[in-house]
Amino acid sequence: MDHAEAFQGNEREIVTFRVSDQEFCVDIGYVREIRGWSPTTVLPHAPDYVKGMMNLRGTVLPVMDLSLRLGLGATEATPRHVIIILVVNDMTVGLLVEAVSDILTVSYEDMKATPDIGSTETKNFVEGFFTVDDRMIRVVDVTCVVPANTGEPR
Amino acid sequence: MNSKTNLRELFFQECEDLLESLTDGFAELEHDSTDMETINAVFRAVHSIKGGAGAFGMETLVEFAHAFENLLDEVRAGENTVNPEMLSLFLQSGDHLADLVDAAQSGTEPDLVHGGELLAQLLTLSNAGGDAVPAAGGAPETSCTNEIGDVDFQPLTLDLDSPLSEGEEAGPVVMRFTALKDLYVNGNDPALLFRALEEMGDLSVEADLTALRSLAELDWDEPAITWTLTLDTTRTETEIREVFEFVEGFCLLEFLSDDPGSDTPVDPAPPHSAGPDATAPANASMAGSPTDQDSVRSDGPTRKAAGTKNTIRVDLDRVERLINIVGELVISEAMLSQSVTEMKLDSDNKVGTAMGQLKQLSSQLQESVIAIRAQPVKSLFQRMSRIVREVSQTTDKPARFATEGDYTEVDKTVIERLVDPLTHMIRNAVDHGLEDRSARAAAGKPEQGTVTLSAAHRSGRVLIRLSDDGGGINRDKVRSIAEARGLISPDAELSQSEIDNLLFLPGFSTNDEVTNLSGRGVGMDVVKNEIQALGGRVSIESEPGCGTSLTISLPLTLAVLEGMIVEVAGATVVVPTNMLRETLRAAEATIHAMGPGDRVLASHGEMIPVIDLGAFLGFRTPPQDLSEHTLLLIDSETGARIATVVDHLHEQREVVIKGLEKNYGQVVGISAATILGNGQIALIVDTDQLFEKSRAVQPSALFDKAIGA
Repeated sequence: MDHAEAFQGNEREIVTFRVSDQEFCVDIGYVREIRGWSPTTVLPHAPDYVKGMMNLRGTVLPVMDLSLRLGLGATEATPRHVIIILVVNDMTVGLLVEAVSDILTVSYEDMKATPDIGSTETKNFVEGFFTVDDRMIRVVDVTCVVPANTGEPR
Repeated sequence: MNSKTNLRELFFQECEDLLESLTDGFAELEHDSTDMETINAVFRAVHSIKGGAGAFGMETLVEFAHAFENLLDEVRAGENTVNPEMLSLFLQSGDHLADLVDAAQSGTEPDLVHGGELLAQLLTLSNAGGDAVPAAGGAPETSCTNEIGDVDFQPLTLDLDSPLSEGEEAGPVVMRFTALKDLYVNGNDPALLFRALEEMGDLSVEADLTALRSLAELDWDEPAITWTLTLDTTRTETEIREVFEFVEGFCLLEFLSDDPGSDTPVDPAPPHSAGPDATAPANASMAGSPTDQDSVRSDGPTRKAAGTKNTIRVDLDRVERLINIVGELVISEAMLSQSVTEMKLDSDNKVGTAMGQLKQLSSQLQESVIAIRAQPVKSLFQRMSRIVREVSQTTDKPARFATEGDYTEVDKTVIERLVDPLTHMIRNAVDHGLEDRSARAAAGKPEQGTVTLSAAHRSGRVLIRLSDDGGGINRDKVRSIAEARGLISPDAELSQSEIDNLLFLPGFSTNDEVTNLSGRGVGMDVVKNEIQALGGRVSIESEPGCGTSLTISLPLTLAVLEGMIVEVAGATVVVPTNMLRETLRAAEATIHAMGPGDRVLASHGEMIPVIDLGAFLGFRTPPQDLSEHTLLLIDSETGARIATVVDHLHEQREVVIKGLEKNYGQVVGISAATILGNGQIALIVDTDQLFEKSRAVQPSALFDKAIGA
């Protein structure tokens, strides 16, 4: 799907999921597929939130521990955990989350700004939130969560 | 629809071929400047480029190609003879033509100043430079006249059989059109051509069915209809022919005179059907008959001559996709094979036999698919001949360029990525390698130096060697420069080859003055890095007074790699075997502690630094007890050696390389990844970085040594 096209209009579908008992979401336009957790290959000298590399039908891609990335502590991955495969800035990456809950239709006009109280991670990685019924669903800013590929060694 | 873009791409692809045959032709003319066959071939190449460029309105290109073609045409017609001066102009013009094609393709501005000089020279040498025949019309011609005033576009005398080409008003044009089988095979339709003609004027079409047999005897694959087309138009013959431009070679097209009084004989069909058989009219034209020349003149962009290699053009993306899919197939096959093994079936089980066959087939399939990307290095070498020419001119060091093994095949990606390092090496070879005229004369060598570029396959790798017959490396000078730059200490003892290898150190340039060719701060270290990035290595040999040679050794492909699968700190990693010399059990080796934490291995009288791979990758602290571990002895390009500690060796096999750059980025110590039989990912160790690590620990080791001594 063409992303530019996907984001036109305010009515959008979001995929919601749980990370460290908080509810988050991403725009469905980024989501390629959702898979169960399987062990990854650890990368040397990688940031702690990079769990390792996984094999998606012949493509090698990194898996990030979203909880750790958001400053919510490391995830002990089990087979019940889920990897959301996203395509961001032409890169294919996996986000390790606890569980996927819903696909909801929301209007981006209803998105509320992140209150100015959050930690650095929250400020950087959460674009805002939706309130659906009693739930508060935080919108993950995927372009910031996934570090840009600079081509430089890391 | 982007058919126009597709045609444009096709044109540039053809240009590549044509420029290659042009360079080939010039190389032959250097040996024998009177060979008509070659001159014809060169003429046709230039002409075809002009024709295509005209169709796409690339005016600068048309203008230049036209002047070039004129001069060649005079040579062809015997009105002018090739002398060394002209040949050198041809070579430069060929280079410039390639530049113009490049510029047109990338949409950049070509070097018009240089082009203008060449153009002027071409016109000066050309006899027919002055006398103008009115241009025959059409976009390129017009633009041409605009830009260079009185230079004629069609220098040939066009008097007899085609009054239309002069652009004068005339009666109806009568053509006989026979579609050949290939026309239909290629998906063309005569009706569409006729429709295009109809737009030019009043068209009547008459089909000649005499060759058509009865239904019972009919050969379905052979076209049998010939059409007689009568077109009442004011357009020129050239314009009419343009309609048939894209079916050239697929049809026979005859222009019949509508004037029964004309004494022009009707041409036999073949000369007018330009294309695959273009050699025929070209040869015939040596007789100098105007009709024949005319037929050659208007043959438009010639298709690649038939009879050469039977090839197809395939989009690189498609090949890439195929290679990826086959790579995945091989991985799936390995996974399947592993599961079958785990089922512990009887040895005579059919599944096992079938698995064996599948394995063999998939590996053959992989090899064949990878071979698709292989290309002869010829095009690369030809580009280099131009570099030699330019540098030799700028430095006033006459140089001859010789090549060997032009048809050695290498992966296309490798070839593309070799352009920059080779260019740099060649510049160095001519600029620094060859002595100047007086020094050569003093050494009793011929004034003209020789630079030889050769390629060959050696045990699964490609060797590319660049040698010159210059003065060799001035080791004293290299040494003193390295000392002056602080690259080595003044009392360091270096072997000859170690001194030679100093050239590869960053920031090294032996030339005192910075020339505009080499010595721009881009040294041989960059060349070395680029070659290493391709999985290759560079070595240098030099004989004082006799010359220097650089050898690049490269893997055949970037898609697979021969590796040793090892286990370290619980992770499975791949160590490329290309630099692996030896494996040994640590328990049987003599290992000495050296300083805090460092260890060296005594092997064959050498002290080899020991590096723990697990620690190098940041997976663990170096183990104290090595008795259960295995050592891999790995060589560097420069001949240094290290011993790498791993936990277990698994197997040696070919692995499919999966880059990490696209989805993640570069990783220190890791060159890429691969997928193992169980679907897990294994990282491929970048052995060169192991040496950087070992250099980092060396100072303390050297210090210890100094104290001990």
